[in-house]
Parts: sequence; C-alpha cells; structure tokens
Amino acid sequence: MTSEPIIRTVNISKIYKIGEEELYALRDVSLEIRRNEYVSIMGPSGSGKSTFFNMVGALDKPSKGDVFMAGYRLTDLSPSQLAWVRCHNIGYVFQSFNLIPTMTALENVAIARIFSGRTPSEARKDAAEALGQVGLSDRLEHVPGALSGGQQQRVAIARAIVNKPSIILADEPTGNLDLHTGEEIIKLLSDMKTNFGITIITATHDTKMLSASDTVVWIKDGRVDRVAARSDVKIEVGSIDGSTLA
Amino acid sequence: MDELDRIPDQTVIPWSVAFSVSWGSLRRRFFRSLITMAGVILAIAFLTYMLVTDDVTNALILVNQDQLNILLQKADVDIIAATGTDKRMMLLIGLSLFTCLVGIINSMLMSVTERIREIGTMKCLGALSTFILKIYFIESALQGVIGTLIGLLVGFVVGFGISVHSFHGYVWQYLPVVEILKSLGISAVIGALISVVAAIAPAQWASAKEPVDAMRVEQ
Repeated sequence: MTSEPIIRTVNISKIYKIGEEELYALRDVSLEIRRNEYVSIMGPSGSGKSTFFNMVGALDKPSKGDVFMAGYRLTDLSPSQLAWVRCHNIGYVFQSFNLIPTMTALENVAIARIFSGRTPSEARKDAAEALGQVGLSDRLEHVPGALSGGQQQRVAIARAIVNKPSIILADEPTGNLDLHTGEEIIKLLSDMKTNFGITIITATHDTKMLSASDTVVWIKDGRVDRVAARSDVKIEVGSIDGSTLA
Repeated sequence: MDELDRIPDQTVIPWSVAFSVSWGSLRRRFFRSLITMAGVILAIAFLTYMLVTDDVTNALILVNQDQLNILLQKADVDIIAATGTDKRMMLLIGLSLFTCLVGIINSMLMSVTERIREIGTMKCLGALSTFILKIYFIESALQGVIGTLIGLLVGFVVGFGISVHSFHGYVWQYLPVVEILKSLGISAVIGALISVVAAIAPAQWASAKEPVDAMRVEQ
C-alpha cells in the first residue's frame, strides 16, 4: 500500500448548474500527491483552486471522477466514515483561523481530540501537549480574541495535529498574517512535515509558501495548468518576481 | 488509515459532552442568551400572572361576602361573569405564547446563521450531524427551561403581590393553594413545550450544514 500516493484524483470535475447552463468549476483534474510531500496549489480567485482543495480534503464531492485517499475511494464512504477520515486523517488550517470564539485555546484543540473518541480529561492533556509543540504552553487558557493572529494560527495548527493526521490541508494559512508571522507559520508547517512525516497541502497566493514546497501545482480555469518541482519554480518565479524567493 | 481493512464509523459523542459544550457557549454568550430568554420569560410570566390572579379572584368570588364583593368590584372584577377564564383573555395568552415561540425560533436561527463557520469547522474536525443537532437542541432547550423558571417566578410574585394589594388579608384566608399549584404546573408544561418545539427547527437546520460551509463564509 505504501507505493499508493496518499491522494489521487482521477478525472474529477465539479459542475454547478446555473439555470440551463452548466458551469465547470473543475474539469477532468487528475493529480497524485505523494506521502510526506509539501504541495502548494496556486491559482487566482475563481480558478477552481478552492474547489479542488475541498475535494482532496473530503469536504465536497466531485460531480464526476474519483478522489482516492490512501487507496480508499472517498465517494464510497458514508457520512460517518467521512467524518472519521476528517477527524483522524486530515488536519485543517484555515485562512481566518476558524477558532471557536467562546472556547479557550486549550478547549479549541481539545474538542478535536474529543471527536476522536477521547474522554474530555484525556483530550485536555493531549491538547496541552499539542499547544506545547507549537510554542503556546503559556497561552492555554486564553480565548482567541486575546491572542494575536499568529498565535491564533498556531492554535489552529495545534488543533490540526492533535489527532496525529497524515495530511494537513491549509487554505491560505498566511493570508491574514503579516510577513514575519507568515514566515513563522510556513516554517511550523514545514517542521510538521519533517518531524512527523505529515503531508502538507496548501492553497495559496503567497509566493513565500513556495520556498517550503516540494511541488507546486497551478490551477487555471478549472484545469491543472502545470505541475512543477520547487527547484524549477524558483528560476521561473525569480525572473518574474526576483526578490520574493531569494 | 493505510492499515485499516475498512474505514470505521465516527465515534458518537455522548450527551454529557454535548451538554458541557452547549453550557459553555451559553455562559460565554450570556447577554445574547438573555435576550433569547427574555421572550420566554415575558410570555410565561404573563401566563402565570393571568392564571394566578384568576385563581385568587375565583376563590374570593365563591366566598360571596359583602365586604369582599365590594373589594372585588373596586378591582374591576365582574362577579357574575368571572367564574371561569375569559375567552378573550385566553386568546391573548395564546397569542403571547405564539409570539414567544416565533421569537425564540427566530433568535436561534439567527444564532445558527452567525455560527455557520463554527458549525462547518466542527464538521471539519470530525463532528457528526447528530452532535451539532445535540448541542443546538440543548442550547435552545436550556434557554427555554431557564426562561420558563424565571417567568414562573416573576409571574407568580407579581400576580400574587397584586392580589394581596387589592384584597388584603382575604387572599391568605381563602388561598386556593391547589389551584395555584395547578396553574404553575400548566405554565411550566407550556413553557417546556415551547422550549422543545422552538429548539427543533434551528437544531435541525444547524446540523444540515456541510463542512465546506466553514471555508465558504467570509468573516
């Protein structure tokens, strides 16, 4: 099974019907993502990037085609099994952090652990450990409103790793952060890949993200426009936007 | 996931955990919860007030004593017609309860709309629809139950206070204890029914949200 890519999409399309017209948000996208790979999905707004991201994240189903995760076809799974996959196999990191405002940092992380079937006291213990791993041991009882953007995103990363997933899906994780904090978050995600062997998939506009990536996928008009290894990207982007990747 | 023959079903979270999540949410959104509860408090207080004052006046009418009848007439009680609850009054009470029901549903639906992203996020973390259903049901029902208890207390105190003010010691002398207890029971049951009925629609609506909604909604 290890030769199987962690995610494989086979000719997936997403079609929205607007009146009589069919609008393709994605058209016949086939892509493989290997284990322990750091993949950045690039593309302008409306390119189908988010739609693709939602498909590989088991958040939405394609209208045509199949998504395989570790060899399992996601369309074959029941809602309860899909919830299991989201809980145990995928950690989600969002652009606007999506922390629950009425819960403390510890509770925000612990709730994800509770969903995996742990008791509340076990969950709190594991959550404290995960928050320690992202450098927030001294912020356990703070509510999101009392944390900076960077700290909130760290809580979100702790929440994403608390169930020891094999994939982290990060949707524009640096989009709401300043340059320096954004770089810290990219490094943290990169460390998660190195230290825990987690596959990282990010959707991004941010060229800074590319420096940490192994592979970059461009999506344009609902199709995969190009897939490139990071080394190739550096030269090309460098010629367009010289200083960004230096 | 690799070593599994079959993807297991997601763990069902017990009611006790759902209760603690709902209670935490209510506590931290205290003023918002208070506004939702205000509708229930007012409607149940009004109902209890009407029933309790009606019980007291009915008991006093039956005494049929001259001095007491003068007091009753002074308080605008129609001694002949008031043996039995006024139909128009019942309609008024019914309408106020209906308004309360619509109010609490509206308030909870707004709360669901505000928290679509929160619900979507929970589903991304592995929450089942039944868990979302549980937490919204508990939250809405708790507001209803607490509102009902406060409404009962307020309605009783005001109704009884006004009766004592109008009829002085006669109220204590001819206190219709059983009837008042029955009225409080009726108010409590109606309050509980409203709370449960009002909790169902918002909870179902919340649980039907898809995880992808967490990504879609702008802040």
